[in-house]
Amino acid sequence: MTANQTTPKTADTDIYVIAAHPSWRESRVNRPLMQAAQALPRVQVQDLYSSYPDYAIDVAREQTALARAQLVVLLHPIQWYSMPALQKLWLDDVLTYGWAYGEGGNALQGKDLWLVATTGGPETSYHPQGYNRYFFDAFLPAYEQSVVVCGMRFLPPLVLHGAHRVGKEAVAQHIETFRQRLQSYPAWPELDELEQCPACLVPMTDRPVEHHETASIEASVGAP
Amino acid sequence: MTNAPAWLSNSFIYLSAAVVAVPLAKKLGLGSIIGYLAAGIGIGPWGLGLVTNVQDILHFAEFGVVLMLFLVGLELEPTRLWNLRRPIYGWGSAQVLGCAGLLTGAAMAFGVGWQTSLVAGLGLALSSTAIALQTMGERNLMPTSSGQAGFSILLFQDVAAIPILALLPLLGAVVGENEAIAHSNRALEAIKIIAVIGGIILGGRLLLRPLLRWIANSGTPEIFTAASLLLVVGIAALMQLVGLSMALGAFLAGVLLAESEYRRELETDIEPFKGLLLGLFFIAVGMSIDFGVLMKSPGLMAVILLGFLSLKLALIYGLATLMKLPYQERPVFALLLAQGGEFAFVVFQAAAGAQVFAPETASLLIGAVALSMLVSPLLLLAIDKLLLPRYANCNTPQLEEISEQQEAPIIIAGFGRYGQIVGRMLLAQGIGATVLEHDADMVETVRAFGYRVFYGDATRLDLLRTAGAASAKILVLSVDDMEQSLKIVDLVNEHFPHLQIVARARDVTHWNALRDRGVMRVEREVFESSLRSARTVLELLGQPPHEARQTAMRFRQHNLELFEQMYPHRKDRSKLIAVATRGRLQLEEQMAQERAQLARRRPRHWHD
Repeated sequence: MTANQTTPKTADTDIYVIAAHPSWRESRVNRPLMQAAQALPRVQVQDLYSSYPDYAIDVAREQTALARAQLVVLLHPIQWYSMPALQKLWLDDVLTYGWAYGEGGNALQGKDLWLVATTGGPETSYHPQGYNRYFFDAFLPAYEQSVVVCGMRFLPPLVLHGAHRVGKEAVAQHIETFRQRLQSYPAWPELDELEQCPACLVPMTDRPVEHHETASIEASVGAP
Repeated sequence: MTNAPAWLSNSFIYLSAAVVAVPLAKKLGLGSIIGYLAAGIGIGPWGLGLVTNVQDILHFAEFGVVLMLFLVGLELEPTRLWNLRRPIYGWGSAQVLGCAGLLTGAAMAFGVGWQTSLVAGLGLALSSTAIALQTMGERNLMPTSSGQAGFSILLFQDVAAIPILALLPLLGAVVGENEAIAHSNRALEAIKIIAVIGGIILGGRLLLRPLLRWIANSGTPEIFTAASLLLVVGIAALMQLVGLSMALGAFLAGVLLAESEYRRELETDIEPFKGLLLGLFFIAVGMSIDFGVLMKSPGLMAVILLGFLSLKLALIYGLATLMKLPYQERPVFALLLAQGGEFAFVVFQAAAGAQVFAPETASLLIGAVALSMLVSPLLLLAIDKLLLPRYANCNTPQLEEISEQQEAPIIIAGFGRYGQIVGRMLLAQGIGATVLEHDADMVETVRAFGYRVFYGDATRLDLLRTAGAASAKILVLSVDDMEQSLKIVDLVNEHFPHLQIVARARDVTHWNALRDRGVMRVEREVFESSLRSARTVLELLGQPPHEARQTAMRFRQHNLELFEQMYPHRKDRSKLIAVATRGRLQLEEQMAQERAQLARRRPRHWHD
């Protein structure tokens, strides 16, 4: 009886927006972004923390939604230089070996993934001289490679820095950009310049060992 | 109006006086009793003079008090009455004897003859059951410790009135004329009394229930109402016959029926009669206030009134302290027992009849009692407005100060082991909830822990309304009885459709029945805790805690889905079993596959 927090329309949707925010009541950018997406007919929105408050992700349901979409959007605030915990669990549970990646895992081949993120720190803090010590891009390789290993393209992220303090107008403008992008996909000018994604096949030998007595459990769990 | 028969025009006068005065008094925040009393004064011989046969009306309307005690009895199972035996005899006798002694002494100190002093003291020591119980009912005080104590004392007074009335002829001028007859009669009377009470208890136990069942099965509701009334009237007549208090007999019958399945029907049938007759009784009291005596000797009247009220107040307040009642409840408790009662009317009239004192003295005393009945609701108001707010500001742990209308956005019906968890979690969040619990013992227990809990049966529409069902958003339905739970849902669906129900289901049948009524937020009461236990078992078998959790979560999800699939077939047993079996096999197969997969990967497995 898990509350179904996905938008009900599914027939003609080709964009799957996964919105992850552990405390919506504190959100001033991600929430309006999610609402803007919900208003678009071609978009199916999954409010992750509301659908799975007990962290029990319905894998079959998620895979169905992914299979239907051409563009997958990850919408969340950056927390500890990465995604919120439930979003990470979603990757762990839903992107299974043999389905999303690895041998026979080509369900996501040729799809696009777009990260739409916010940060608490302003852009200036993401600088060798700032308190975050690295440029923001330095935190993205894990995202990008996770996407690429599934045979998807990692589209240039849309990021709003300093989300707690940024002015109302900037927020409104950000939302409008987001909305227009969703509407115009895939007719984005920068997509033409994007390189085709390299093929990364994870061999079975890098997977949990079957029948062998030597491998330890710890090393065997999880994605590559 | 001249051609209308007297009963018709009288009814018209009473009803219209009540209809005008009571809502007005309520609007002014004075309570219904003052409204009735004012209506009585208005139409009585000293007001518009529309009604003159005051005494007849008063006698007739006393039946309202009888009905009220019957209803009180219905709420009180014999075991609970038995638990009250000590407050009844202990505190009851302390109150009656203490007050009577004090008042008699005071009167004698003013140079009044001892017979007059004694009768006046005894009569004035009694309190008005009608006003006290009505007020306690309106304020939901019955389940509190002061309510129980007050009720016990009132019950004792009802018993005590009998020897007091029996005492009067001995004190009167006519004494001695027929003492011999009285002696031989007394034994006979005692036998009669025992026979009647025994008959009521025996009949109530053995005869009444089958009789009521037979009448109920006849399927004519008005006959059941007639039977209910007949029951009370019959018992009252019997008691009257042997010279006992009618109210006491009715109370006894009520207690005997408290455990019967017809309790609720009897309650709903008698309730309106009680309300109207009690109203009439208050009107009659208002009419009987003899303003003539008051005008003639206003000073003396004031002395009597103030004297007996303040003496009684002081003594009862002292008793309340001895009883260790919460001190916030003491003023109301003392006041409710301090005013004179309807029994005093009877006592003083009988005393005048027995020539213990002159009729003028009687009407003076009766006037004082009636005035005290008028004054005490006003004083109560003053306590509410002036005294209690000050207590509220004190930094003491405040016991339930039950106001009438509740406004919290959440109502919790049932505060047992289920509702308590819900309520406490909300409380920890600072979210206010109005809690209704129908088990008095449970109320007492959780109150001792400082929770604000109202004693009340949530299957009653009026109580739900008082609990704020009209303005609340959510009803947590955590009563353990399935029948009551469904009854509340029906009430809410009919009268408060905006309320969102969060319900506890005892079992699948209950779950289905709740679904049938459109309640979607239902939890099976032991489902989640059973899952936790299953997890613990897996852990003890060596499964890592997190994997045990994942297994439990998956089982949970599957089970919830299965319930949804089974729901449409809830009335077809064979299909139900088919769906359930298929579901179980599916899950077993799925889990076995996963186990096999895991085992293949798992180098050193712990159990299989």
